[in-house]
Amino acid sequence: MTPASTELAQERPRVAVWKFSSCDGCQLTLLDCEDELLTVAERVELAYFLEAGAVGDGGKGLYDLSLVEGSITTPGDLDRIQDVRRRSTRLVTIGACASAGGIQALRNFTEVEQFLGIVYAQPQFISTLEESTAISDHVEVDFELRGCPIDKNQLLEVIAAFTNGRPPAIPGHSVCVECKLRGNVCVTVAQGVPCLGPVTHAGCGALCPTYHRGCYGCFGPSETANVAGVAVELRRHGMDEHEIELAMHTFNTWSPELRDYPPSAPTPTGEQP
Amino acid sequence: MTHRSPASRTLKVDALARVEGEGAMYIEVRDGRLHDVQLRIYEPPRFFEAFLRGRRYTEPPDITARICGICPVAYQMSACLAIEDACGVTIDGPLHDLRRLLYCGEWIESHTLHLYLLHAPDFLGYSNAIDLAADHRDLVTAGLDLKKVGNEILEVVGGRAIHPVNVKVGGFYRVPTRKDLAPLAERLRGALDTAMNTVAWVAGFDFPEVGHELELAALCHPDEYTMMGGRFRSTRGLDIAADEFTDHVIENQVEHSTALHAHLLERGEYLVGPMARFALSHALLGPEALAAASDAGLEPGERNPFRSIIVRAVEIVQACSEALRIIENYERPDAPAVEVVPRAGVGFGWTEAPRGMLWHRYELDAEGTIVDALIVPPTSQNQPAIEHDLYHFVEGHLDLDDIELGLRCEQTIRNYDPCISCATHFLDVTVSRT
Ligand code: SF4
Ligand code: SF4
Repeated sequence: MTPASTELAQERPRVAVWKFSSCDGCQLTLLDCEDELLTVAERVELAYFLEAGAVGDGGKGLYDLSLVEGSITTPGDLDRIQDVRRRSTRLVTIGACASAGGIQALRNFTEVEQFLGIVYAQPQFISTLEESTAISDHVEVDFELRGCPIDKNQLLEVIAAFTNGRPPAIPGHSVCVECKLRGNVCVTVAQGVPCLGPVTHAGCGALCPTYHRGCYGCFGPSETANVAGVAVELRRHGMDEHEIELAMHTFNTWSPELRDYPPSAPTPTGEQP
Repeated sequence: MTHRSPASRTLKVDALARVEGEGAMYIEVRDGRLHDVQLRIYEPPRFFEAFLRGRRYTEPPDITARICGICPVAYQMSACLAIEDACGVTIDGPLHDLRRLLYCGEWIESHTLHLYLLHAPDFLGYSNAIDLAADHRDLVTAGLDLKKVGNEILEVVGGRAIHPVNVKVGGFYRVPTRKDLAPLAERLRGALDTAMNTVAWVAGFDFPEVGHELELAALCHPDEYTMMGGRFRSTRGLDIAADEFTDHVIENQVEHSTALHAHLLERGEYLVGPMARFALSHALLGPEALAAASDAGLEPGERNPFRSIIVRAVEIVQACSEALRIIENYERPDAPAVEVVPRAGVGFGWTEAPRGMLWHRYELDAEGTIVDALIVPPTSQNQPAIEHDLYHFVEGHLDLDDIELGLRCEQTIRNYDPCISCATHFLDVTVSRT
């Protein structure tokens, strides 16, 4: 595969946005780039982006860059993601759903029939897979952008990088590092508030601590996350074992670093005796 | 996705972009007569109500926000109200005002997104806002800037525009100072002008002469154009409290949709959203919105779904002026939140999402663990009414060819700003004629 665009290329790079199981928040992030949207639309061809009304060739073309939102949860999705991959030179997942299965991956810890029965009177009409899984479980992914939702500046960076054939400048360190860069007072040290910042991937600019709240991990685990270590800290600052399990099993529950937490007990949402 | 006998004539149009979320439309014509219209929703189920069981009472504002990236604040607010209700806490005063300010941000953002980027292109003959911008850049830029003001409110008060981090049961983690809000006031004055101009602009569009007889329902409050709480009233005399909702509204599962369908018991389809709010609470609009509505010739009796675009514009005016008023009168609360101690019980909460009423119910145990959760989003309430509206539209326009009929049906659906994620992005329109 060749880089999609060079300075010599006459055609603008073609970008497509795809949706799987998700809340639409990550693709909305592109429409939320109010100051940049029209410029982006000039530099690249938004060839297929249904939420913005860009039907183009109906998703049946070839694309230099595909942005994929959402996780794989239905039998139909299994085929569709293969098709998207075949049509895309570069494929980047956007958000926790696409990169880690999303919050809907909480089903992976139980029998999905049980969940169906809670929500639907006639579960036989509903077609769904046992597990909600990340895009990388099914096809090769060129880059995973984190966040629930993603950060808009990171999204713009990813689009610019991949349409110019260079690697994106997205740091893999933790929220903790961002917090210090921002000059925040540590909420754990100063107020004893439990915080997932030390093990959570950077990108939000340490938003929660800035709002006097502990990080709840919406960007998922950072590259060198010491999950067991942070659990000790959380316990020390007043969270009980059940609360820690719940905190680990939220928006990125199916990420490899978190899915087996705690190492011994199988049910993440199990009641304490 | 269609299963028709070979004898039937079917047409599949890849359509209904510009709605939030995944679905398709199916129209069946037999012997020249309309037989069936279905709005099929394929949004894969995500089972929020199931996995909320066993979670802490403090979690629904963050968790349910992820049901919809377009209206997360609506989910956060309905969740907070319901849990506070279960725990016997009422939030009023400046914390309530601050919530309202945050909600104004979402109304401005969501309505402007729908109006400028998704709906207006229909009336101007463009397939999307990017094409519209190629010919009318200033117009789209003004719309994007208005949308941005909504997002700025969400960012200052909530921390970020999508899935705000600052909302908690009982209030907020950190409350802004007057100084934090001051730049928003400046921006809102400009936004109010843009919003007033928007009303005048959209009021000049060409509207097809259609109307419907549907029952409209919205939350009502004696002295405010309702965003949160109040009673659910309708144009035909329904008047209920939040804990009575399921006595009056039944949700059915239909084979063609992963969204449940809501009906009023013994009354049938009803419609929630801007038209309903305007019909029921028009007199409580602020002076700017009232003036804009009156200049646009909008009456509370308005029933033309295509003209919902004007009502949405009026509500943007309302949200801007209301946000401005809240900021001007703002006194920073002493504490960012009221303490909410869990107890065993059931709580109900409802608020007006941009697309209409959103109802939550939670049952908690004594320790604050969620035993049961039930959520009825606006789109599942509106889906039967949208089908009803489509039915009447198609019935009157069977002479149109399949492509034109498909396009006009899509517009009919967009009139309701359906958020299929709440209840998709890809609608196939299938017309079957035999
Ligand atoms: S990652 Fe979060 S914000 Fe993005 S689509 Fe999934 S639920 Fe929505
Ligand atoms: S601080 Fe943590 S939870 Fe908060 S926005 Fe950042 S990554 Fe998400």
